[in-house]
Order: sequence, then C-alpha cells, then structure tokens
Amino acid sequence: MVPLSYYMILSAIVFLTGLVGVLIRRNIIILLLSIELMLNATNINFVAFAYYLNNIAGQVFVFFALTVAAAEVAVGLAIILALYRGKATVNVEDLNMMKW
Amino acid sequence: MATLSFFYFGGVIVLTAVLVVALRNPIYSVIALLLMFFHVAGLFITLHAEFLAVVQIIVYAGAILVLYLFVVMLLNLKRDDSYQRQVWLGVSLGLLGLAEIVYVVLTAGRATGPAIARTTQVAAAGAPAASVTPGNTEAVGMALYTTYLFPFEVASLILLVAMIGAILLVKKGIMGPEAGPLRESK
Repeated sequence: MVPLSYYMILSAIVFLTGLVGVLIRRNIIILLLSIELMLNATNINFVAFAYYLNNIAGQVFVFFALTVAAAEVAVGLAIILALYRGKATVNVEDLNMMKW
Repeated sequence: MATLSFFYFGGVIVLTAVLVVALRNPIYSVIALLLMFFHVAGLFITLHAEFLAVVQIIVYAGAILVLYLFVVMLLNLKRDDSYQRQVWLGVSLGLLGLAEIVYVVLTAGRATGPAIARTTQVAAAGAPAASVTPGNTEAVGMALYTTYLFPFEVASLILLVAMIGAILLVKKGIMGPEAGPLRESK
C-alpha cells in the first residue's frame, strides 16, 4: 500500500511546478494553465486524504474546487480576450496600463 | 500493483506538469495539460474515487481544455514568447519550497507514525465494510445533497456569476462607447 506521504509529495511537486510557472512565464494563457495545475494538486491531496481517513467529505470538496476552477477559466479567458482585443498582446510585461 | 500504478500515474503527472510550464508553444502546453488531467483521473480511480475520475475527464478534459484550445487558436499566437528574466530565481524558489515540504512531510510522518499506521489500519479494517455500503457515486451524492447542501447552492451561484461575467466581458459595445483606455487603442 502506498503511504499517504507519497501523495502529499506528488501534490507538492505539481503545486510548486504551477507556482514556478506563474513566476517565470510571460504568456498570460500559460499563467492560467499554471493556476489549473495548482488547483489539480490540491484535488490530488483532497482525494488522497478522503481515502486514507475514510471520509467522503474530501471528495465533495474536490467537487467544489472543480466548480471554482470552471468559473475561473470562463472569467479568466474572457478577460484575456478583452485584453487582446484592446492591446493585441498576451505578454504580461506589456500589460502595464495601471502602472503609475 | 498499487505501488506500480501510483508511480506510473505520478511520474506521468510530474512530467506533463513540467512540460506545461516549460514548452514554448501554448498549444503543446494545453495538450500536455490534457494528458495530465487523464492521468490525474487514473490516480483518482486507484484511490477509489470513480465518480470524481469521470467528472474530472468530462469537466476538465471535455470543457475547460476545449475552451483553452479555442482561445489559443483564436488569438493565433506567435511562438516566440520567452521566459521572464528572473527565471532562475523562480526555479530556485520552487526548489526551496519543494525541499521544505518534503522535509515537513517526512519529519511529520516520523513523529506521528503510529497515528498514520492506526489510520491505515482503520482504512484496511473498513474495507470489507465499505464493500457492503453503497457505491462511490451514491456516497458522494448522499454527502453532497444532505450535509453540503448549502455549499452546493452557493456553487451554483458561482457558476451563474461566472456565466454573466464572461458574457459581459467579451460582448462588444455592452459597456457603452466610453469604456476607458482599453477601447481607444483599437
């Protein structure tokens, strides 16, 4: 049987990969994909704990995380489309309209 | 067998997660993420969360990734987007955080070793009982519609807000002609 800590380390690796992606990439679509990576890492943790603690609540929380992820994608991609329509770029370094 | 499948799914998940961040073409990144979602679903099946595995494939691979692909192809992006200048700072920060979490997990596992062992014993002891209880989908449904009924309704409200927000953001001319600096550069 695989120990619970293996799942936690796998989840940590995926989460930190997403975090590094947010830090190092310039393409705003890749930034959103990295946020998806982080949400999936938490989902892995939730399901692993639900199995090892024998409690179904963890799986229900994955359901809610999925809802929030879907909402985030819809609104985030709409913002990207609106930005691209105005500025014709997806590079986060060119998006400095709010810089004083 | 369980260990083997864990290492297969875990290895592919880590590899594709790194590819999502590292590949320069956004379409390849999206395809790598698609592969990762399928393997996360496989991991869910090994953890006896069959309902969530199917939902993962339908919602993530079926809806969210298709939306991403639509936007990537609609914007027709050039391939030459580079990394930020501080790439090594970001990577070293990530490695530092990873070392920290691995250290915490390993030391906590040693400190509460008997507790974890007891938990797994409980899980092992509960396994025969679980085969008598209803299936995974039924158990999730019972918890979702009784204990978590109010959060479920709030989730539906979140989806409604996201739908209205997405329509409002991308529809042309809905904000009126004076819509700020975004519009005047068009």
